[in-house]
Amino acid sequence: MAIRDYIRERFFPHIWCPGCGHGMVLNGLLRAIEKIGLDKNEIVMVSGIGCSARIAGYVDFHTMHTIHGRALAFATGIKMSRPELKLIVPMGDGDALAIGGNHFIHAARRNMDMTAIVMNNRVYGMTGGQYSPLSGYGTMSTTSPYSNIDHAFDVVELSVAAGASFVGRTTTYHAKQMADILGQAIIHKGFSVVEIMSQCPTCFGRQNRLGSAIDMLEHFKENTTPIGSKAKQKNPDLIERGIFVQKKMPEYCSEYEKIIERAMVTVHHRDRRGHREYN
Amino acid sequence: MEEPKLKELVINRDWCKGCGICVHFCPKKVLELDDNEKAFAKRPEDCICCKLCEFRCPDLAIEIISSRGTARRAPTKGLLL
Ligand SMILES: Cc1ncc(C[n+]2csc(CCOP(=O)(O)OP(=O)(O)O)c2C)c(N)n1
Ligand code: SF4
Ligand code: SF4
Ligand code: SF4
Ligand SMILES: [Mg+2]
Repeated sequence: MAIRDYIRERFFPHIWCPGCGHGMVLNGLLRAIEKIGLDKNEIVMVSGIGCSARIAGYVDFHTMHTIHGRALAFATGIKMSRPELKLIVPMGDGDALAIGGNHFIHAARRNMDMTAIVMNNRVYGMTGGQYSPLSGYGTMSTTSPYSNIDHAFDVVELSVAAGASFVGRTTTYHAKQMADILGQAIIHKGFSVVEIMSQCPTCFGRQNRLGSAIDMLEHFKENTTPIGSKAKQKNPDLIERGIFVQKKMPEYCSEYEKIIERAMVTVHHRDRRGHREYN
Repeated sequence: MEEPKLKELVINRDWCKGCGICVHFCPKKVLELDDNEKAFAKRPEDCICCKLCEFRCPDLAIEIISSRGTARRAPTKGLLL
């Protein structure tokens, strides 16, 4: 299937600004899904609120555009009732880790089979450029006009600590790596986190004098490096890209299935002994 | 192995927003923006069908149709992975 078969063409051109990284995430995600060969009906995309969250409107899967910070909670409910479906949950950095931070760490801890994508542009793009928990120390935003004194989360370290069984990071510049990591994350059985560093030229770029979308992509190219590279040893400030964690762990829905079976057997035995109180 | 040959470089002018990402990162400088800030193939004969423009376009506005389905490796491959 061509990637155009996976989108709702009637809503294009999309609403994102010229050069917005979120469109590049959509592009990479569609290529990953096409390569795996998933059927549109097997996929549920759940998003919250933000420029990033608008992605759910453009894909021709089952989709839910829900409320700010709660995409993972909705996705958890869907997955529990229909575990055979593939859940993809794209979120903005604010959506995932400010208002949605608690949902995020607990979803990771449970290891429910779904793919969380953090479209990290380090800003609240949709509401006009307020700082987020990923903006970082020294950045400018409408809510830190004299520079930000908050430190940023490291999405990878946070996800690893919270127990995610697949953790990856890449940037919009690295289009092929993005499609590759997203594909592996989707196939992985367990909670997958993929951080994609994405450019918001309109807010973060302008406020921090980072130039055009092209300049911001050049910045991703120059300031990131594959995990464990020699360049990283020489320059510890480089941000590593690649797959950090990919491990087998008991998955939540499969474990819950076992609990149901165990409970059924117990109830059945009780019934045969004449205890009816469970009915 | 036979190298892929460009059959058609399709640019959807209704979707292109003129960000210039495809123009800037094309390893062969095939693309340019026209007076209406829409991308077009200025030198299609130089295209090596690496599909980097298609993979990076934020607006899904480019499609490379080549004589062979799979893309030839771009000279910038080392930077991609
Ligand atoms: C409960 C609630 N609080 C606040 C908002 C306002 N709001 C809308 S989007 C947003 C943040 C968007 O930032 P991010 O999640 O990083 O997405 P981006 O737009 O940058 O892609 C906020 C605070 C809201 N819609 N709902
Ligand atoms: S404001 Fe930023 S994040 Fe939102 S569409 Fe524009 S560039 Fe993208
Ligand atoms: S990358 Fe896409 S939107 Fe940007 S100029 Fe090229 S064709 Fe147009
Ligand atoms: S396929 Fe490669 S060489 Fe051809 S126009 Fe696109 S980026 Fe340039
Ligand atoms: Mg954001």
